[in-house]
Amino acid sequence: MTPARKKRLALITLMIIGVAVATTLALKAFNENLMFYFSATDVKDGKAPENKMFRLGGMVVNDSVKREDKSLKVEFILTDNQSVVTVVYEGILPDLFREGQGIIAKGKLNPQGQFVAEEVLAKHDENYMPPEVAESMKKKMTETQTQSPNKKY
Amino acid sequence: MIPELGHFALILALSLTVVQAVMPLVGAWKNIPEWIAIARPSVWAQLLFMLVAFACLTYSFIVHDFSVAYVANNSNTELPLLYRISAVWGAHEGSLLLWALALSLWTGGVTVFSRNVPDRMLARVIGVMGLVSIGFLLFMILTSNPFDRLFPVPVQGRDLNPLLQDPGLAIHPPMLYMGYVGFSVAFAFAIAAMLGGKLDAAWAKWSRPWTNVAWMFLTFGIALGSWWAYYELGWGGWWFWDPVENASFMPWIMGTALMHSLAVTEKRGSFKAWTVLLAIFAFSLSLLGTFLVRSGVLTSVHAFATDPTRGVFILMFLAFVVGGSLLLYAIRAPQIRTASQFDVFSRDTALLFNNVLLVVVTASILLGTLYPLAIDALGAGKISVGPPYFNSVFVPLTIPLAMLVGVGALMRWKTDTPSRLVKKLWPVLLVSVVVAMVLMFSFAAEVKPMALVGVVLAIWVMASTIYGIWDRVKDKQKKISALIKAPLGFYGMSMAHFGVGVFIIGITLTSLYSSEKDVRLAPGDNYQLGGYEFAFNGVQRAQGPNYVAHQGNLTVKRDGELVAMLEPEKRFYRAQSNPMTEAAIDAGITRDLFVALGEELKNDNAWSVRLYHKPFIRWIWMGAFLMGLGGLLAACDKRYRVKNKEAA
Repeated sequence: MTPARKKRLALITLMIIGVAVATTLALKAFNENLMFYFSATDVKDGKAPENKMFRLGGMVVNDSVKREDKSLKVEFILTDNQSVVTVVYEGILPDLFREGQGIIAKGKLNPQGQFVAEEVLAKHDENYMPPEVAESMKKKMTETQTQSPNKKY
Repeated sequence: MIPELGHFALILALSLTVVQAVMPLVGAWKNIPEWIAIARPSVWAQLLFMLVAFACLTYSFIVHDFSVAYVANNSNTELPLLYRISAVWGAHEGSLLLWALALSLWTGGVTVFSRNVPDRMLARVIGVMGLVSIGFLLFMILTSNPFDRLFPVPVQGRDLNPLLQDPGLAIHPPMLYMGYVGFSVAFAFAIAAMLGGKLDAAWAKWSRPWTNVAWMFLTFGIALGSWWAYYELGWGGWWFWDPVENASFMPWIMGTALMHSLAVTEKRGSFKAWTVLLAIFAFSLSLLGTFLVRSGVLTSVHAFATDPTRGVFILMFLAFVVGGSLLLYAIRAPQIRTASQFDVFSRDTALLFNNVLLVVVTASILLGTLYPLAIDALGAGKISVGPPYFNSVFVPLTIPLAMLVGVGALMRWKTDTPSRLVKKLWPVLLVSVVVAMVLMFSFAAEVKPMALVGVVLAIWVMASTIYGIWDRVKDKQKKISALIKAPLGFYGMSMAHFGVGVFIIGITLTSLYSSEKDVRLAPGDNYQLGGYEFAFNGVQRAQGPNYVAHQGNLTVKRDGELVAMLEPEKRFYRAQSNPMTEAAIDAGITRDLFVALGEELKNDNAWSVRLYHKPFIRWIWMGAFLMGLGGLLAACDKRYRVKNKEAA
């Protein structure tokens, strides 16, 4: 092999190794950061993971929102019309958070079986129901949902 | 009457597009000069009718013609004029019209500015762009006609989504679309060159300015979107790795790779096949972005399944464009020969590294964006991939890229020696490390290792770029005139690379040193954050043209001195019934103070309030601005403006 070819071979090998390492790291990060979605019934049935973040969706039960007086701690109940889960959260709820509204929360279960949310999401559209929530509530898709576009653009 | 005129103009534009696609392509193939000559006039006629259609829709918005369904859904008699105009592209149908208009404008631009391109080549380029145009116009007329009438005519419109009632939105989508669609020019040049069987340096030279300008628009578009999300959504973040954002970011990265690869093809005649592939991918990702955002597939794959017409059309179109161009590539690629050799240590190799890294970044973003959709479509469960994934992939992959920015620009084409570069660059590296350490240790409250890495990297990028300018003139007798004579392309590159440094400073310091807090504040309360004292003075009522608001009032002090009075609002738009958070921001070079109202709490007029202290966040957008400006500067280089007309 000529020296030029040797160098070229080294370059190509280096690149293949580089890409392989990058791919491995990417896939590892990917696996670690996948977040699954569960409904209240899934949680009740013990399908949700114990010590891992997941997304919980459902409808906020009427008259279930309780606030603490001197802080921003809030507690409410989510339902999928079959089971309920109590969610605790500290912070500002999104503009469209209302009782009777479908929302999604990201967080973990605590030993008491409460869902400790780090983030609460409600989409910016009064007719909108997160698709996961709609499905887990076994409601038929309505026209408004299919048309509720992603309003960011 | 006017909406019918618009609809009619759209159909005429479609017919003209068929002429624009078929006649020049066939003419170029069979070499019929008369057919080739039709290319330009057909573009102008098509552009004229697109402008008429766009003007008709705009007019319908201005005069509140609620008999047009699209107007009734996205406007209101109380909506101010500026937002009635920007509402034209505020939802699906109108933004498609904007997309198609942008394509016509680009095609028109090609006919005007590419006079040095041989007629036969230009006819092919215009024909290919015509084919794309047919796809979009058909899509609009068949599935998403903005001129559809509504009966009975409503008295009042449903108003534009309040989130979109903002000056940022008025310019963000046009910029973004000009960028998306702009990559169709590079794509069309690549396809045309393959059709003609002649991939040479001239082809790369013709494509370069167009790619640069498209990339500039996309850069500005994404930066504006990020800025808009920052102040309008009230979350204070600047990038969320949301699928909609990724949809615009992937073509951007691919476009960045394409720009660099085109440079090699033009200067050295190598990487040809690769460049063609990148041009195809950049445009395909633009189409994919349009598909993701427009088909409803992101809202829910099931929404896509219940009303599949739109999605299936774009998917088929995407398959046609990607499949067709890859097929052509497969047929032509064996004939593409690389003329030149290059050494392992050379600028060519550095640019190859740049390309490989950028493609890997794009692939990993694509995985994170599409995988959840695929899993959901297969019914295998619902998952989401959060920002931690994207960050943990993106950051390590871009660090080597940033390390190479300044070095690559200093390397010689074809062959170079490490010792030459080390001799030039070691003082620059030393200076970067020392400056970064001094700045961090004297100004940062706490020196975090990752922040130090980021700042060293950023200063290294900026310093080596500036050194690159000095290196160009240091051996010259007349330094000033050498500086003036340096080509604009070089300054464009330097400015964009310097922008990368500014951008890294922004990202590093914002992500590592921001402080944010949601607090409960009653009038008279105050809260300390990031060395600032936020005092809450209460909330009063305020009136807007189409909304009422609660307006908060906060005094911000630092060491007892008044820094800013902030008035965040919580707005209630009459026609929409959903509240909107309007954050108040005190912007600065070294920090932003950001305040948003949460909600009224039960007793003593207290509110939940979100307070942010965001160091150096403006640098992110400043960096992006410099990058975009660099792209424009490079496109203005006079060597792209050769007037002599070569025979085909």
